[in-house]
Amino acid sequence: MQRGTRLAFVVFLAPALLVYTMFAIYPIVDSLRLSFYTVEQGQLVFVGLANFVYLLTDAFAAPRFWNAFVNNVQFFGIHLLVQNPIGLMLAALLTSGLLRRAEGIYRTLIFIPTTLSVVIVGFVWQLIISPLWGLVDTPLLGQESTALPTLSLMSVWQYVGIPMVFFYAVLVNIPRELEEAGRVDGASGWQIFWRVKFPLLAPMFGIVSIVTYIANFNAFDLIYAVQGASAGPNFSSDIFGTLFYRTFLGTGTATGSVTLGATVASLMFLTILVGVALYLVFIHRRLRSYQLAS
Amino acid sequence: MRRTRTLALCMTLGLLVAACQTEVEEDPGAMTEEEPEDAEDTEDAPDDEAAEDGDAVTLSIESWRSDDVAQWEEEIIPAFEDEHPDIQLEFNPTAPTEYDGALSSRLEGGTAGDIITCRSFDRSRDLHERGFLEEIDDLDGLENFDEFALQAWQTSEGDAQFCVPLAAVIHGNYYNAEAFDEVGLEIPETNDEFLDVLEQLQEDGTYTPLAWGTADDWIATSTAFDLFGPNFWDGEDGRQALLAGDKPYTDDDFVQAWEFLDQWQPYFPDGYESVSYEDTQQLFALGQAAIMPAGSWEISLFEDIAEVEVDVFRPTTPEGQDQCYINDHPDMGLGMNADTDHPEEVETFLEWAAGQEFGELYANAVPGFFPLGDYEVDVDNELANEFVSWRDECESTARLNFEDLTAGDPSIEEEASRLTVQMWNQDLPPEEVAEEVQQALESWYEPHQ
Repeated sequence: MQRGTRLAFVVFLAPALLVYTMFAIYPIVDSLRLSFYTVEQGQLVFVGLANFVYLLTDAFAAPRFWNAFVNNVQFFGIHLLVQNPIGLMLAALLTSGLLRRAEGIYRTLIFIPTTLSVVIVGFVWQLIISPLWGLVDTPLLGQESTALPTLSLMSVWQYVGIPMVFFYAVLVNIPRELEEAGRVDGASGWQIFWRVKFPLLAPMFGIVSIVTYIANFNAFDLIYAVQGASAGPNFSSDIFGTLFYRTFLGTGTATGSVTLGATVASLMFLTILVGVALYLVFIHRRLRSYQLAS
Repeated sequence: MRRTRTLALCMTLGLLVAACQTEVEEDPGAMTEEEPEDAEDTEDAPDDEAAEDGDAVTLSIESWRSDDVAQWEEEIIPAFEDEHPDIQLEFNPTAPTEYDGALSSRLEGGTAGDIITCRSFDRSRDLHERGFLEEIDDLDGLENFDEFALQAWQTSEGDAQFCVPLAAVIHGNYYNAEAFDEVGLEIPETNDEFLDVLEQLQEDGTYTPLAWGTADDWIATSTAFDLFGPNFWDGEDGRQALLAGDKPYTDDDFVQAWEFLDQWQPYFPDGYESVSYEDTQQLFALGQAAIMPAGSWEISLFEDIAEVEVDVFRPTTPEGQDQCYINDHPDMGLGMNADTDHPEEVETFLEWAAGQEFGELYANAVPGFFPLGDYEVDVDNELANEFVSWRDECESTARLNFEDLTAGDPSIEEEASRLTVQMWNQDLPPEEVAEEVQQALESWYEPHQ
């Protein structure tokens, strides 16, 4: 029986493991490997950590890298501080019963942008805020101080439906009895939300944050669609994704380098790995889950 | 948590995968060839036999000119196939922004077309160094081109030719003829007159003087610095001196060019910082702007969409300078994929492409792209003729940073564009622009170290 179970494990795991290894683990390991090489006369030559040293210390490459890192942190910060609270608020409104039958309509409408192509979202917003054809006179996308926040908010507008749906799923599952018990004990709506519902929501808040973190540090498409690969003005909207694209494929007249590109990808991977690890160690373990008896 | 980690992996990989996918997606040419792909590594003999049997050999052409598909398919290819019934051509363009990356991976993967459209200078030199472009020093027809045209597709030392010069683009200014009439303006010839025209347009207020925006920073060099600049640095003289390390970017010639451009800023449209190149095309075509510095590559577009009468004038010169210089940039060449199964047929095509017949056909099919051969070509397009007439009065030069200077990191062209934009957006003084470009140059370019 025991042996049979083990065999079953292997048999059932094998297809997924195989596909996953081939299309996920192998490429990432190979990409990590590439970052230790350079191309000379068409041949791969092992150079150890030279690519990393170059990216992190070169007088021209290092400021680009750190600029992309800081911008990426900012990009993530804006999502964390704007997208998730708004998502929570929308979910709370949707489940509050205030909207009655319009609930489904709002839920769908708010979620729709998530399903749109970033190219469309980027283009539409670009027109809306264009000083030539649009509603805003300030060149929001053309000033170094406003370009990145503007792009972040476009992205927030597009993806706010995701945290909303996550939170919504938790909130609709909270049994009414808990709310009623709170009300009987004399708690206000505000207190019920923060003292009763929010603790039940907290683990989801953690998961949403970490998913946002991963998505933001891999973000690329919106910035590329709106600002192009050079992530202007003056690299003020440059994040890891666009830096990777430029390094790997080149842009305009600059030639790309596969191995340096792989190095940027490795550093992206590392950043995400460290971020997720920190989250797991310091936050996730402290979150308490409550078993809800329904 | 495993889920999120998986997600992390997938997303990181997504980028890599997307980069590789173009290779698979955009290779319909190879699949529709009559010969199966795996014939590549076998002997050439069966192909040759097939050709003799009357089965035409199909050659596929790699290009970034997706705008020209119709011209190739309806005019150029039929003309060639009429003369060479045993060779068929297929034009397979890739979007310009993706061309270099996609071509490079196709060459590495052995799936690239037989004929490669070559970018000038560094990009093609890189491909040649990596062994992807066949050397064609002995090709018949190369004698039709002068040294200025050939050098764009030679090694830096000039010891090997790997592409046939196909076309150059000439930089110039488009202007709204109706606006000039209305405001009563003459075509400016000197830089002061140019600024004066801008000032008068500004005072009149009907038109935005310059169709300009800095959201795309490449235009800062391509259609400003490289358009008006050659008159400051004496064209090829200045360019060669810079390349040789004899003149730094901080030389007066270059700084003065930037000082002149700096004076344009008041005449840009409002919010120019987020105005893209496409926006400026629209702005000008709709007749809202009076002058658009650009190049001959826009002729077809403006003939299509301009709602006003469009004419061109050449870059203005500094006061008291008689000699004028134009940017007659060798832009496109044709080369042979070193890995092709049909080297002889490709050679036949390249020889044909080096001749006058092709030059005339091409110049008329794609107005604004001028053949580089020494032969006379009749172009049946007014604007194109105006552009090409400048060759008689002025000396030609290429874009300042395109040779050797984009081969390192950071690319000097990218730095110059970015800093020129900063000069307008952030009031960075022209001397500092020059200073910073020079620093970038000194960081890796040996003649300046």
